[in-house]
Amino acid sequence: MKILSRLYIALILIFLYAPVAVMIFFSFNEGESVWVFSGFSFDWYKSLIHNETMLTALQHTLIVAVLSALISTVLGTAAAVGITALRKKITKSAVMTVTNIPMMNADIVTGVSLMLLFVFVGRLFGLKESLGFWTVLIAHITFNLPYVILSVMPKLNQTDTSLSEAALDLGCTPVKAFFKVVLPAISTGIFTGMIMAFTLSLDDFVISYFTCGHYQTLPIVIYNMTKKTVTPDVYALSTFIFISVFVLLVLYNALQNKSEKRRTA
Amino acid sequence: MKKKSFGSRIIAAPYIVWAAIFVIVPLIIMAYFALTDANGAFTLANLAGIGKYKKAFAVSILYAVIATIITLLLAYPMAYFMTKMKISSQRMIMLIVMLPMWMNFLIRTYSWITILANTGLINTFLSKIGLKPLQLINTPGAVILGMVYDFIPYMILPIYSVMSKIDKSLLEAAEDLGANGKARLHRVIFPLSLPGVISGITMVFVPSVSTFYISQKLGGNKNLLIGDAIEFLFNNGPDYYNVASALSMVLMVLILISLAVMNRFSDGDEGGVVI
Repeated sequence: MKILSRLYIALILIFLYAPVAVMIFFSFNEGESVWVFSGFSFDWYKSLIHNETMLTALQHTLIVAVLSALISTVLGTAAAVGITALRKKITKSAVMTVTNIPMMNADIVTGVSLMLLFVFVGRLFGLKESLGFWTVLIAHITFNLPYVILSVMPKLNQTDTSLSEAALDLGCTPVKAFFKVVLPAISTGIFTGMIMAFTLSLDDFVISYFTCGHYQTLPIVIYNMTKKTVTPDVYALSTFIFISVFVLLVLYNALQNKSEKRRTA
Repeated sequence: MKKKSFGSRIIAAPYIVWAAIFVIVPLIIMAYFALTDANGAFTLANLAGIGKYKKAFAVSILYAVIATIITLLLAYPMAYFMTKMKISSQRMIMLIVMLPMWMNFLIRTYSWITILANTGLINTFLSKIGLKPLQLINTPGAVILGMVYDFIPYMILPIYSVMSKIDKSLLEAAEDLGANGKARLHRVIFPLSLPGVISGITMVFVPSVSTFYISQKLGGNKNLLIGDAIEFLFNNGPDYYNVASALSMVLMVLILISLAVMNRFSDGDEGGVVI
């Protein structure tokens, strides 16, 4: 039984990684084909470094991801604190329902509806080009917010309210009590929310596709590349991204293990 | 006391304003476009014209349902077997399962072309051993495979995280009361893992039913899904916004209905698992 279960896990992992392995392999192909391996080379990686479009897109992606993660973390944390303090049950559940909409809705519907808003407002002001940096940033903040709120809220519900009341009794102002008592207690939730927002933003294709106009992010450039004939440059780029993420995850995991050991020691 | 809680409530205001402008208003504008013609006059023609896309809706739902079932059947044993392993191996496998999730799904989909194409790896192998090549790419099967592949981590993770939190003493109690392995799985583990199954199904079904990239890359052009239709119409310019909005609205309602049906099955007290 044990062998069978291990075999099953191994098969699923092979299924998950077969395309990844194929992709990494062909990224080193000398020729232009992604089917026939003609020789080993780093040519596709070299051409990536000189690919202006891609480098600009990478820059765009990082700017949007960092800004949208920061803004949605601040707005979302404030929102979580405020929503938790709401006393009327109806208001609370109404706000939470709206919060759930971008998470539950299909990305394509979120993207399309935001695009219509931007185009609509753009027409009102007589703009020729209503989509660009600001619209893609707004869109990313909008789909990040629910994830921040939902990772902060459970932490808030776990914190003992008597602690901040004690701080108030001991002479803290409400603002000081929040920063000294509540914020440290919910910091892990805020951090998780921010990381999630950052990665969601990095990864997003569908919503950016409808809202970015000419402000192309990396997934959009990848999409345009895959429209044309298939060449190994996309694979080289993907391999590069894959290895970066892999290194980051391994480092993160190692750090986590270390801090856990320290805690138990 | 009263003053303090007012202060905390008011800081939700920026978010509430944001959500109103960028979540509610866009949906209202979408409904406005769906219910008007190009000149802004009220009409039901867009919604009535949905009939033309009946097939696209049917095919989308069919593919998404098949993909979701296959994903569940593959992921459930995976999650179950994972909980049987050492904690350190569990964490390791979780990491390995999550890693492809952090690669863009465009790339993950695209890499299947190399494997499935007419001159791709499988067909090259088949012709080397003297077999006839198979038509793999541009088939419904390839589209469903793409959906399963892209979204299977979203099924494994919630099921695993719910299962790994099941109290071991419940299983011991079941064993003491005479339940064998099969009965324990059927009567204890499965019911307790349902919230994870529900959120997994949601997280696979919604992106599958609304995809357009997977069908474009692996399905050729003959497998027109509803996502393809929406994307195609919006790309065709403002003249098509009204029909495209109507399609999007119907897709949204369809998803909301299926989510509501799904939530009927869960207890609903946990609000799903978020990754």
